[in-house]
Amino acid sequence: MDMIDILITMTKIVLLFGVVLITVAELVYTERKISAWVQNRIGPNRVGWRGLLQPYADVIKLLVKEDIVPAAAHRFIHTLAPIISITVAMSTLAVVPLAGQTFTLFGREISLLVADVNVGILYVLALTSMGVYGLTLSGWSSNNKYSLLGGLRSAAQMISYELSMGLSVIGVIMIAGSLRLTDIVALQSGWQWNIVLQPVGFIVFLVAAFAETNRTPFDLPEAEPELVGGYHTEYSSFKFALFFLAEYANMITASAVVVTLYLGGWQIPYLELLELPVYANVLLQILAFAVKVAFLLFVFQWVRWTVPRFRYDQLMNLGWKVMLPIALANVVVTGIVLLLL
Amino acid sequence: MSTQTDTKYELNFWEKIYIPEILKGMKLTLEQMLKKKETREYPEEKWVPPPSYRGAPVLVLEENGVERCVACGLCSRVCPALAIEVHASETEHEKERYPELFEINMLRCIFCGFCEEVCPEEAIVMSPVYEMAFTKYEDAIFGKEKLLTPVNELRPRLEYLRAHR
Repeated sequence: MDMIDILITMTKIVLLFGVVLITVAELVYTERKISAWVQNRIGPNRVGWRGLLQPYADVIKLLVKEDIVPAAAHRFIHTLAPIISITVAMSTLAVVPLAGQTFTLFGREISLLVADVNVGILYVLALTSMGVYGLTLSGWSSNNKYSLLGGLRSAAQMISYELSMGLSVIGVIMIAGSLRLTDIVALQSGWQWNIVLQPVGFIVFLVAAFAETNRTPFDLPEAEPELVGGYHTEYSSFKFALFFLAEYANMITASAVVVTLYLGGWQIPYLELLELPVYANVLLQILAFAVKVAFLLFVFQWVRWTVPRFRYDQLMNLGWKVMLPIALANVVVTGIVLLLL
Repeated sequence: MSTQTDTKYELNFWEKIYIPEILKGMKLTLEQMLKKKETREYPEEKWVPPPSYRGAPVLVLEENGVERCVACGLCSRVCPALAIEVHASETEHEKERYPELFEINMLRCIFCGFCEEVCPEEAIVMSPVYEMAFTKYEDAIFGKEKLLTPVNELRPRLEYLRAHR
């Protein structure tokens, strides 16, 4: 590990960070557009071409607003909470491989992921569950009953869904025999995507991902009509922007992980038969990954504007009485099938 | 027709596992997404009110350039919001009276149309104008110069009034 390696990694991080930030901004735009379309409206179309610059106007508006900390709030934790949220949301993407093809630049082989961790899935699961600290701490430190309720709900929800999420991933791990995300993607060549091999696991994981990212129908921690915004009620200005950013960054992360685990990551079936040059391969693989993630992000937003919010007891019932047994059964069935094969 | 009091509905198996029902809902929203948009892009595309619409009250100016108003003060009397002020004066014209001062405070006006209803000369009518945003209080008080409108612009409303009086 010399200076150039560090520099390469830093460049990758900066690039990834930039891409995620821009995607987050445009996600806010697509969210508003999709909500508008579902309701037969046009949606934002004033700022920039077809309103594409709308999120930047929103960000500027948020930045120039006054940053209010309630008098009774715990100042340190109140500031810390959004930082935890955004850090966690952003750092999960580090282990997701964007393309399998490596290329050489300045005499060095460059792979398209920031860190090839050998316990990639564990890293992802561990970090996504860290996100709950951001929400819970923000709920507690705001010293507001609604925020507290939102924070508590997020904690309960995370615990209920983390389990089924982890268990549904075990099926994938059993098939791949590795926790490294690059290995898992590499195994899904051709049409051997894990969604075909693990349809039940995919559905459980997807539902759990919705719950993990606090998206409708599981957006109980926010629940505008009941909790006045939930955990971020007492946040304004840049701290609120950070929470907002974290929510959408979480969505990107969740989509990327779902794509990596179940939809074949960067794989385009039978692309290797074409024997394209290296750079074309890299570009096509990144494009495939981006398209898959974009589709899942669309599904996230599509579902948000379709499904109403679950009630708290329904959420718990679904998590513990339905998802967990299904995930467990999935592990058992996968194990039996793998033994018999 | 039976009166159904028990609205509890037993879900069948496919409804209980949510996913098919959610997919149905998603199909519905997808269809909505592709439908025609209902938005009117307001500042570019303006709404044209029907003749029955009560916009800002205005004074009718005859084609020969004489106002119809004879300054009887009935509109001012009937106005529930006390928005109209009329000062009468005399002229050499056939109609001997005319309003020396006629002011409507558009911030007070509630667009009830009583002034129009009570006017014996059909001199004050509700126009189709609905864009009334002011930056200064003074701008909201319309004098004669703003109120007098050529009769041609108000034809639809006048005809509507005659038909439905």
